[in-house]
Amino acid sequence: MDKNFSARRRRDLIIAAVLAALAALAPLFVKNVYVQNILVLTLMYAALSQSWNILSGYCGQISLGHALYFGIGAYTTELLFTKFGVLPWFGMLAGGGIAAVIAMGLGYPFFRLRGHYFVIATIVIAEIGLLLFQNWEWAGAAMGITIPVRGDSWLKFQFMRSKLPYFYFALALCCIAWFVTWWLEDSKWGFWWRAVKDNPEAAESLGVVVFNSKMGAAAVSAFLVAIGGAFYAQFLAYIDPESVMGFQFSLLMALPAVLGGIGTLWGPVLGAAILIPMTELTRSYIGGSGRGVDLIVYGTLIVLISLALPQGLVSLLSRSKTKGATR
Amino acid sequence: MGLLYGLIAVGLALIFGLMDVTNFAHGEFLMIAMYASFFLFAFFAIDPLLSAPLVAAAMFVFGAVIYLLIVRFAMRAKTNAGMVQIFTTFGLAIVMRGLAQLFFTPDYRSIPQSWLGGKTVSVAGIFLPEPQLVGALVSIAAFAGLYFFIHRTDFGRALEATREDPGAVALVGIDKNRVFAFGWGLGAALVGLAGAIMAVFFYIYPDVGASFALIAYVTVALGGFGSVFGAFAGGIIVGLVEAVTALMLPPSLKSVGIYAVYLLVVFIRPRGLFGSM
Repeated sequence: MDKNFSARRRRDLIIAAVLAALAALAPLFVKNVYVQNILVLTLMYAALSQSWNILSGYCGQISLGHALYFGIGAYTTELLFTKFGVLPWFGMLAGGGIAAVIAMGLGYPFFRLRGHYFVIATIVIAEIGLLLFQNWEWAGAAMGITIPVRGDSWLKFQFMRSKLPYFYFALALCCIAWFVTWWLEDSKWGFWWRAVKDNPEAAESLGVVVFNSKMGAAAVSAFLVAIGGAFYAQFLAYIDPESVMGFQFSLLMALPAVLGGIGTLWGPVLGAAILIPMTELTRSYIGGSGRGVDLIVYGTLIVLISLALPQGLVSLLSRSKTKGATR
Repeated sequence: MGLLYGLIAVGLALIFGLMDVTNFAHGEFLMIAMYASFFLFAFFAIDPLLSAPLVAAAMFVFGAVIYLLIVRFAMRAKTNAGMVQIFTTFGLAIVMRGLAQLFFTPDYRSIPQSWLGGKTVSVAGIFLPEPQLVGALVSIAAFAGLYFFIHRTDFGRALEATREDPGAVALVGIDKNRVFAFGWGLGAALVGLAGAIMAVFFYIYPDVGASFALIAYVTVALGGFGSVFGAFAGGIIVGLVEAVTALMLPPSLKSVGIYAVYLLVVFIRPRGLFGSM
């Protein structure tokens, strides 16, 4: 059993490396800017969903308020950049750090809540964040912040002419999020989290400090999501509260993981690879008329996939080979 | 206003609170009911107050059908049941919004003239707008009716028993799907009443539900899942808190007070005010 487990982990790592290498070559073949844009978004959501999965999938604390951390990452980076001239690279890390600290601060009261009470609390806290930013004059209020164009440079992480640098950054972020998940899966924390998710009382009695392990998951998850937010802000070059902290981001982070397989290593990547292009394509090919057909198609697909595959798409792939891997 | 939030929340209190089924499409149920009321007015000139029972009846059928066609299957999931319910009903909400945009267009609609619209009534020197007043009365009646229904009838007992243990319930001859389909129908009918009354004084547009849905969830959770009285109390508290916040903070921040009070309450009482689950 143990041997199987480590063999599977090695195989996962190899598959990931091959996929990453193939993805890195993609821009050689894909010259179309529109398609590149979809690729960037897909990678970004894969990374976000992977980060969300750490807290909500592995540790079982379903959060529908991760937009808060996404927004904090975006706002910290851009406020530091536009008001104090701090390079986005440092802003990004600062945003991640602030998000992690806030996640732990919130975790202190939040993790006492169970089930629906917890989920609603996460939605509500993100909503409060959104409303506060919409009314915060210094941070641009509802008008948002336009990031000044200073020409293409890696130093300022700003590229007008090409989407490729963003593509590679998103790919790197996705790999990091995946690798962190992979690494955590086999660490003490990973086992603790699964124990906490399955039966917190039993875990506690075996010496797992339930509270601390939830805190750890929340901090890691929030940090990575905030980095994603910072990236998104640089990518769009414009942010306002609704476009980086809206409820839809919380859902868009959760959806790929749920569709792909919640609490699994490959679920978020797989889910994002299918969901995000689908979203973008329905929006641009049948949307636009403003008549809501894209919404109908999109919503129907979500209903069908959630009903048909409650364990996510991963369950199709791993049903025969790795039993127990999805737990 | 608090009683109106209560009225929107009462249907959710039944579906979400008593049956423990997550319904993320509750706001869209409200939206559909408002449109139904609007079209009955626009085409047949039936006043929303008269059409409210019609709308409620139609919503009853709608809710039961949605349960039988979709939600029933979402509840069957053995793993991740919570997430499957969240995303199935969320997908449903998107579809309903899309359909509303397609068939009703995204335009803002309103019912210009009705028996209640724009009138006020003076109670002990305080002027109250009539639609809100009627809404408040209907809300109290709806809560009282639901309370009676859940605690005093066989159906109510069957509903609670079904949530507790669907397997055991089947052994004593209760059809789980029948009970829950009826519960969903009733929940939808209640939100139908809310929609018919709100249609008098709110703009009607495809996304209208979203703005009320979160407040409805908060109301139910604030009062505590599994408690009809809790949802009623939750509605009143939410209304009062909103009114007080609106006095102290800019109007755009009025919801912050509601959310903050919810957090405060669940930090002190993790199961809401009157929750049993």
